[in-house]
Amino acid sequence: MNSSKIATFDRNDGRLVIAHILFAFGALLIGGIAGMLQGMVKGGTITLPANIGYYELLTAHGVLMALIFTTYFIIGFLYSGVSNTLGGKLLPLARKFGWWGYSLMSVGTLIGVVVILLGKASVLYTFYAPMKASPYFYIALALVVIGSWLSGFGIFYQYVQWRKGNKGKLSPLFAYMSVITMLLWQIATIGVALEVVVQLIPWSFGWVETVNVVLSRTLFWFFGHPLVYFWLLPAYICWYVIIPKIIGGKIFSDALARMSFILFLLFSIPVGFHHQLMEPGISHFWKFLQVVLTFMVVIPSLMTAFSLFATFELHGRSKGAKGLFGWLKFLPWTDVRFFAPFMGMLIFIPAGAGGLINASNQMNAVVHNTLWVTGHFHLTVATSVALTFFGIAYWLIPTITGRVLTPRLNKLGIIQTLLWCVGMFIMSGSMHIVGLLGSPRRTAYNVYDDHPDAILWMPYHVAMAVGGIILFAGVVLIIYNIISLMRAPKGETEYPIGEVSEASEPTPRFLENWKLWITVAVILIVIAYTIPFIDLIGNTTPGSPGYVTW
Amino acid sequence: MHMHRLEKAWLTIGVSMLAVFLLVLGVMTFGRGIAPPNEHIHHIDPTKVSETPPFDKPQLTKIGDNLYKAVMVAYAFGYDPQEQMEIPAGATVHFEITSSDVVHGFEIPGTNVNVMVTPGEVSHVSHTFDKPGEYLILCNEYCGIAHEMMKTTLVVK
Repeated sequence: MNSSKIATFDRNDGRLVIAHILFAFGALLIGGIAGMLQGMVKGGTITLPANIGYYELLTAHGVLMALIFTTYFIIGFLYSGVSNTLGGKLLPLARKFGWWGYSLMSVGTLIGVVVILLGKASVLYTFYAPMKASPYFYIALALVVIGSWLSGFGIFYQYVQWRKGNKGKLSPLFAYMSVITMLLWQIATIGVALEVVVQLIPWSFGWVETVNVVLSRTLFWFFGHPLVYFWLLPAYICWYVIIPKIIGGKIFSDALARMSFILFLLFSIPVGFHHQLMEPGISHFWKFLQVVLTFMVVIPSLMTAFSLFATFELHGRSKGAKGLFGWLKFLPWTDVRFFAPFMGMLIFIPAGAGGLINASNQMNAVVHNTLWVTGHFHLTVATSVALTFFGIAYWLIPTITGRVLTPRLNKLGIIQTLLWCVGMFIMSGSMHIVGLLGSPRRTAYNVYDDHPDAILWMPYHVAMAVGGIILFAGVVLIIYNIISLMRAPKGETEYPIGEVSEASEPTPRFLENWKLWITVAVILIVIAYTIPFIDLIGNTTPGSPGYVTW
Repeated sequence: MHMHRLEKAWLTIGVSMLAVFLLVLGVMTFGRGIAPPNEHIHHIDPTKVSETPPFDKPQLTKIGDNLYKAVMVAYAFGYDPQEQMEIPAGATVHFEITSSDVVHGFEIPGTNVNVMVTPGEVSHVSHTFDKPGEYLILCNEYCGIAHEMMKTTLVVK
């Protein structure tokens, strides 16, 4: 191929990708409106009209942001990279799987949103039993999950076919990472699928009387923690594979990038108990074992931090940077495709540290279910991941629609990133502090009969509302930018896939031995969960009937 | 697998710190008994809480010198007993809590008392109240439309 000519992104594949991306940003807009209103209610600045409940808004915000925005964006992004790196276009069956998945997820989302807005499922996105939502809420969730499985199958199919046609060759890094991300998702969602299909749907229809509450929570968190790595890994794909190309540098090491993804696959699933440290029914030993496994993800996180900054430094030095930090000047600070994900990386440092605090076994008592936790995931998923996804949109939409990013839109993108960082600093910062002071998460406005502790929290709640309003301005601007990108001038934009540094060593082949890694992952899950599950299923705890308390 | 010299150093330092940290957590948990609350598995029929002792009579009782037991029931949206609980400063309270309906929280801001209350199980947590004052007890797990109203207090004199 002539290097001066940019390969056109397959237009059929582009339609599949853009359908996912636009759906994601639609969810972001509605979820953002719900989020801002919540912040204002909690800060005591507004009261909602009588027919809208705070917890209805909270449910909509959580489901649309954490489940719908992320899942749609991720699947769209992964399909784009798989199409680009595995042969330049999707095989017909892979593309069909993509559309089947999209349709099923969309039907599920629409049913879910209607049920939530009708007030039949104000159970938040964790839907803890024995609060009993309408069965159609659980069916909607099941459809979203099954749809995402079909999308995953499409990616696996494309990958398997590529390997058959390229025997002995190392798969492209982007595709390898996509396979790990979807594999993690397929294994993790088994937990929530069992909870929803075996426990909640029959119970919600009234076919069975009661539900085993601790078992349902354990199945939920089997899924709930790897869910956060499902959000994070696509952001890591951008940091590892895309960003080196955007700054004009090279990927530091292909082998270490693959190794870190393998470690995430192994150590993000058998760890759900660190969300259940404060609850009865699980012994110290199993809680502590899973805490130790949780902390193993520190290792790939440190590897990632090293690799990324090595890429930045090597690039700067190749351009003649001097001194310890001279290379910083050679980074493209005014390019939103770099700047937004870079701010995401930077914020991931305090965000990750907060995560270590949360998982610290007995010390979790200080922060459990306080606003600290809300502040934590607004830094991780709502800043590190969200800003990276925004940064991806500025080149992905032009690439797949045959357009170019204009300097004006680039500038608006930088402003959007700064708005997001400022809003989040104020909102998440206040959440962290007031959480340490004991203010509970997921609670509407209340001053607890003017108790002095609760009065002390109020200024922080007001600051949260201020941050929330700034963030909503950020949501409006990103939506404006997305619409503008769809109408940007025609042209060709290259899909930025980084190349591996010549200095790095060849990648060992055992990293692509799926039988080995899936076996290790299953063994770790079996070790961490078998005995606790037997205790939970075999125990004599009488089940709970359902309650509608909203 | 090949690794850069500096990366080896970086990972060695990081992993060593991690190992020390986990060792401290483990020694505290198993050696000194400073563990997360609630290892105890203690079942109760969640539909029969009001008939099952001791939860048929939720109350604060003195069980020793400066030692109290608080048997409590969490429900949407409040806690039993209804009577004001009062203890002298310096007293230790062993809380035993269960839920008669959905999952609730049990948090006392300003202390390390923070446990989940799940139906069908009994949560246990203890605390020594050294400073006098009115301690807020609140629900920190979403439990329904008036979740934010769910509270009680404990007075330390």
